[in-house]
Amino acid sequence: MSAVTAEHDDHHDHGPAKGILRWIVTTNHKDIGTLYLVFALTMFFVGGSMALIIRAELFEPGMQFVDPQFFNSMTTMHALVMVFGAVMPAFVGLANWMIPMMIGAPDMALPRMNNMSFWMLVAGILLLASTLFMEGGAPAAGWTLYPPLVLQTGTALPFAIFSVHLLGISSIMGAINIIATIFNMRAPAMTLMKMPLFVWTWLITAFLLIAIMPVFAGAVTMLLTDRFFDTSFFDAAGGGDPVLYQHIFWFFGHPEVYVMILPTFGVASTIIPVFARKPLFGYASMVYATAAIAFLSFIVWAHHMFTVGMPIAGELYFMYATMLIAIPTGVKIFNWTATMWKGSMTFEAPMLFSIAFVVLFTLGGFTGLMMAIAPVDFQYHDTYFIVAHFHYTLVPASIFILMAAGYYWLPKWTGNMYDERLAQLHFWLSAISVNILFFPQHFLGLAGMPRRIPDYAVQFADWNMISSIGAFIYGPSQLIFVYIVYKTIKGGTGEKVTDEVWEGASKHGLEWTLPSPPPYHTFTTPPEKVPTEHF
Amino acid sequence: MSTNDAYYIPNKAVWPIIGTAGLLITLIGFANHLNGNSIGPTLMIMGLIIFIIMFAGWFTLQANESEAGMYNHGVGISYRMGMMWFIFSEIMFFAVFFGTLWYTRNLSMDWLGGIGDGPGRSTEMLWPNFEAVWPTNGPGNVGGDFEEMGAFGLPFINTLLLLSSGVTCTWAHHGLLAKNRDQLIKGLIATVSLGFLFVACQAFEYYEAYHEMGLTLGSGVYGSTFFMLTGFHGFHVCVGAIILSVVLFRSWKGHFTPENHFAFEGAAWYWHFVDVVWLGLFIFVYII
Repeated sequence: MSAVTAEHDDHHDHGPAKGILRWIVTTNHKDIGTLYLVFALTMFFVGGSMALIIRAELFEPGMQFVDPQFFNSMTTMHALVMVFGAVMPAFVGLANWMIPMMIGAPDMALPRMNNMSFWMLVAGILLLASTLFMEGGAPAAGWTLYPPLVLQTGTALPFAIFSVHLLGISSIMGAINIIATIFNMRAPAMTLMKMPLFVWTWLITAFLLIAIMPVFAGAVTMLLTDRFFDTSFFDAAGGGDPVLYQHIFWFFGHPEVYVMILPTFGVASTIIPVFARKPLFGYASMVYATAAIAFLSFIVWAHHMFTVGMPIAGELYFMYATMLIAIPTGVKIFNWTATMWKGSMTFEAPMLFSIAFVVLFTLGGFTGLMMAIAPVDFQYHDTYFIVAHFHYTLVPASIFILMAAGYYWLPKWTGNMYDERLAQLHFWLSAISVNILFFPQHFLGLAGMPRRIPDYAVQFADWNMISSIGAFIYGPSQLIFVYIVYKTIKGGTGEKVTDEVWEGASKHGLEWTLPSPPPYHTFTTPPEKVPTEHF
Repeated sequence: MSTNDAYYIPNKAVWPIIGTAGLLITLIGFANHLNGNSIGPTLMIMGLIIFIIMFAGWFTLQANESEAGMYNHGVGISYRMGMMWFIFSEIMFFAVFFGTLWYTRNLSMDWLGGIGDGPGRSTEMLWPNFEAVWPTNGPGNVGGDFEEMGAFGLPFINTLLLLSSGVTCTWAHHGLLAKNRDQLIKGLIATVSLGFLFVACQAFEYYEAYHEMGLTLGSGVYGSTFFMLTGFHGFHVCVGAIILSVVLFRSWKGHFTPENHFAFEGAAWYWHFVDVVWLGLFIFVYII
């Protein structure tokens, strides 16, 4: 470079700012990705502690540790923290780190906004967490915040509502950034149908986010005005209808659960081919299936409301529409299985978590199919069967895949290898305990145990005790992950990894053609060629 | 390497954290105010001041960078995509309230009136004298008697005002493309003036509703949907007019070229979006 351009480089020099300021003012996608991931992992343990309080209280019948109001706050806050503080930010963190590196872009398209969406997230979670210390306690009406119950919340209500607004702004900004990055920043050779599936699934997820977060914001705004400004949106006396809130909430809520699962699919579709040493089976069908699931997610919301009271035509429509989702999801499950078929598989930690995901998510999907049947759902509604179902689709699915992603990309991010033996221990402890934790909840639900209660009839005692034991194995064993991550950052096993890290990985993704760890700025000039072996 | 062939990646950003802090303080203040704490308004004003400083600072920075030629074509596309999808999120936000209006008028109205009631007729037991006709403030006559807002007084004038502001905005755009700065500035002045005139008319309409028609935000579900929809729209008109004022100021300073004027385009898109929402409001809130 000439002297003239060097002078110009003052504006965008190539190193990060010094000290703590680096993390506050950063616009670098890798820094912001790291911030998101660390924040998400922290919140995973905050939300996890709340879950352990719930399971401790439910260890045996009777009231043991907490009063019912606080118990309900715990179920509510556990859900909100895990959804908005742990799982979603973790995937946004992965998106920040990986999407630019996977598509050959120098950074995210809107780097300043990227910074803002992270800090909005922190602000939102701070507001939410502050409600724990308020008069009347944290919101306790369930994460769905149904009126009229939620309107009885104490001083916490406006804080919780504004936290939803901030989290919504954060998600929308993040999603806009991801869309602009994928559409505008790809290397010329990276055509849409050559993108890794993780990029594809995030693209579709981003559209879901932009469409649904404003809907949730609108719903909670009406809660706010009903409580403080005399409106009657959800009050029959004034001509409103509390059920309307449920419709709006689930119009947001159902796509929202796919926001947490579609990137999960993307990571699984990225990892499985590498460790099966085969191209992904049915790449195009994976893309179309993802799009189909996203579309269907908008037209099935009232299957959460079968017992609320709906015309019979509504019950039937939402029942059949919901069952349709099993088709594209089945396509995906079969594609992953076919990818592994006759592959030369090895079972490192990322692959173990991914295989466990395929098996256990299928289980969660099947229970979902059971609940899709309206007359059957009348039995299951608001029982522990529901709790078991969605925890199977979130914990051994989203969380397992996040762990897989951690192990898969950590060597790339740090340049060091993680401790495979400890990772295997983490996997087996998690995989066994998660089933001890959640499988008995199916039996509890089928036997009629309601959800969101701190005490229960004695006939439910045995399975609850087993479930709680599972929880107290699963929770602490996640600390192994923290230890492994910490150790890897600090040098890991001492073994320096190659650029490719995993055998043949550079045929599957651009990120494996970069050095490990990648320099602060990557792909300042777009790569000429892109891998085509992943499909 | 000249700046214009590389995608501009800023090195650091101080405004986002300041803006976040401003918004957070505003919301903490608002929540405290709602809970009846006297600290609320002070915090809100503090937060809003920080928030406004953030906007001024951030936009000045962007405008200066843009004028310095640091944004190439690719950056412009990213900004346009950002604006486009931001407007889409706004459409979804308004969709919630339009959906609420539709649901209330077509579904919960009927159910409250007893349509679909099985044997037992719960409606007759609960509110035998309730007539389910729109506009309504429900079986409880919540908020007391009120008059319905007609369509062909001020609201019709407002429709004409906003529609003509859309025309003047496009006229200004043509001026910008034809390098006719005079037309650009005149068009923007007309647009902004029409926008603020609209807001003034709406303020007058609200005043009449509250003081002469008995129609308030608390007038049952009719008042709720009416004020929520028109209120959020009016707020968006204010925001749009302020954005256009900034664009006007920049045009007057000599910014923008026919090739490079994202700020103008973004503001114009936003303005047309606000226009279209009003048409929806005029039809579904006022006429039907």
